[in-house]
Amino acid sequence: MYTLSNRLKLVSLILIIVGAGLWGTGYYSSHHVTLDNVKTMLAEEASHGGHGDSHATVTEDTHASKDSHSDNASHADADAHHGDEHAEHVMHQIHNRPYSALYIAAFFFMMIALGALAFYAIQFAAQAGWSPLLFRVMEGITYYVLPGALIVLAIAVWAGDHIFVWMNPDMVNPESDKFDKLVAGKSAWLNTTGFVIRALIFIGGWSLYRYFARKFSLAQDQAPEGDRSNFKKSFRIAAAFLVFFIYTESMMSWDWIMSVDPHWFSTLFGWYVFAGMMVCAVTVMAMITIYLKSKGLLQQVNDSHIHDLAKFMFGFSIFWTYLWFSQFMLIWYSNIPEEVTYFVTRIEDYNLPFFGMIAMNFLFPLLLLMNSDYKRIPWFVVMAGVVILAGHYIDIFNMIMPATVGDRWFIGMPEIGAILLFAGLFMFIVFYAISKQPLIAKGNPFIKESEHFHY
Amino acid sequence: MEASKVIHAIYNDDDVLMNAVKKVKAAKHQIEEIYTPFPVHGLDKAMGLAPTRLAICAFLYGCVGLTVAVLMMNFIMIEDWPQDIGGKPSFSYLENMPAFVPIMFELTVFFAAHLMVITFYLRSKMWPFKKAENPDPRTTDDHFLMELPIHNNELELQSLLSETGAVEINVVDKAH
Repeated sequence: MYTLSNRLKLVSLILIIVGAGLWGTGYYSSHHVTLDNVKTMLAEEASHGGHGDSHATVTEDTHASKDSHSDNASHADADAHHGDEHAEHVMHQIHNRPYSALYIAAFFFMMIALGALAFYAIQFAAQAGWSPLLFRVMEGITYYVLPGALIVLAIAVWAGDHIFVWMNPDMVNPESDKFDKLVAGKSAWLNTTGFVIRALIFIGGWSLYRYFARKFSLAQDQAPEGDRSNFKKSFRIAAAFLVFFIYTESMMSWDWIMSVDPHWFSTLFGWYVFAGMMVCAVTVMAMITIYLKSKGLLQQVNDSHIHDLAKFMFGFSIFWTYLWFSQFMLIWYSNIPEEVTYFVTRIEDYNLPFFGMIAMNFLFPLLLLMNSDYKRIPWFVVMAGVVILAGHYIDIFNMIMPATVGDRWFIGMPEIGAILLFAGLFMFIVFYAISKQPLIAKGNPFIKESEHFHY
Repeated sequence: MEASKVIHAIYNDDDVLMNAVKKVKAAKHQIEEIYTPFPVHGLDKAMGLAPTRLAICAFLYGCVGLTVAVLMMNFIMIEDWPQDIGGKPSFSYLENMPAFVPIMFELTVFFAAHLMVITFYLRSKMWPFKKAENPDPRTTDDHFLMELPIHNNELELQSLLSETGAVEINVVDKAH
């Protein structure tokens, strides 16, 4: 049985306070940027050269839709106002940054818990024999699904058009000069009410499964010898949940991520996000298991279990790369303007995070975790895991930031603050849940097989 | 010096065989070879065989495959007959690289897989028209055979092996 140490409580509290402080400072300072500040800043940048050039292309990209709706006569007029419009646009981008930073970190930690929930359900549906020793760790991580997802939803609704530009009512108002035909065409799906209702259905379904799976898992421990009814119920709800999950996860990724670029769409986006969340979930499972083992707990977990988790880290990293590349190559190859603008923005303005993330999420795990012996060395798995987690944070960063802040990005106070804030919260909630129950699901019919598991 | 006389202990269960191997190793007897109808999990570790180096070969073969793919595509698509790929006539390998990734991947896998299989066969001394070394055809069906060399300890080995649950123990003179 694990007890939540005071040191861990203190560390998570410090992370939350420091994180909130950093993010709050970032929020405060960016909200006091006025149009005049931006104009001065832009004038300075123009005199320094460099930065202004790359920015011009982005602004034209994002303004293209608006231009196409105004006729040619007013176009010259629009050009004259372009300077002011540009400054206002940059000011909005600067204002959007703390919202996006908070949202990215909240989503990142929610996605870890959600991925762990899916992985847990797969273990039951497949009646896996190697993993029951790790079930209590997985159950601990999935405890974060409900609070984490509600926080993501709350931030999304609070931030409104700071993150989701389609939440601005002017976008769908034909009278307004901000009217956007494409967004209006999608308004049957992309409207705030629908967004909240769908999110509540997703979160409700996931949490219901989490609640009953945990309940049956604990009840199975108390069940008399030979009574497997709880395990059978777990098996059935896991199978049903996986069907529900794969639809809702896809729709969640359209709603919560893809819609930040409402003009752009990708048909395998849900899978792509899914692959990322599975890597992160397995990585966190491995890290927590190794941590508990280093505390002298979970002694039955042997290096074959760690090996298997590391194999999943390796495998899902390759799977993620496969999907990332499938998405990228088709769009790059066909080179259709409204599609390819997504990657043009990322390669031009986010060159380092875009390519750096591929190195961290693909090359690094590929080369480090390929060797079978290295997958059994705990510190090696933890180090590889840190890089994978950082890489997938940047992956989410690259999904959200280009749409909301354009080239005004930086990993600074609001971003790091938000990461610390949610890392602290995640740590506290997960370890609290782990400390609630014995670490071994002793009633699971496969627990003996798991204890004797060796590769 | 290879012993000319060997002892063949035959088992009809892989668990019994595994325990027998552990006992024989514990008694510090040398095991020449084991013939099984299917791969027995953990047998190599129980026999104390050195870990395979096939994985290293596979990695190197993969590197060769990747190199071949890069050189081949560079020659075919860029140098010999420059192609306009995806309406982006850059005529540079690097800028057209995404289009070549599937080929790079496939050839990496192709080289690694095929050369690894060939290496495995050669390392196991198996090639076309090779006469089977299998001492007893029942090991291709449902029996397991452990072969031990005899160094003036025939009786000791026989009693040890019969204790381990061998269903049949034969002394064979390999010289004939």
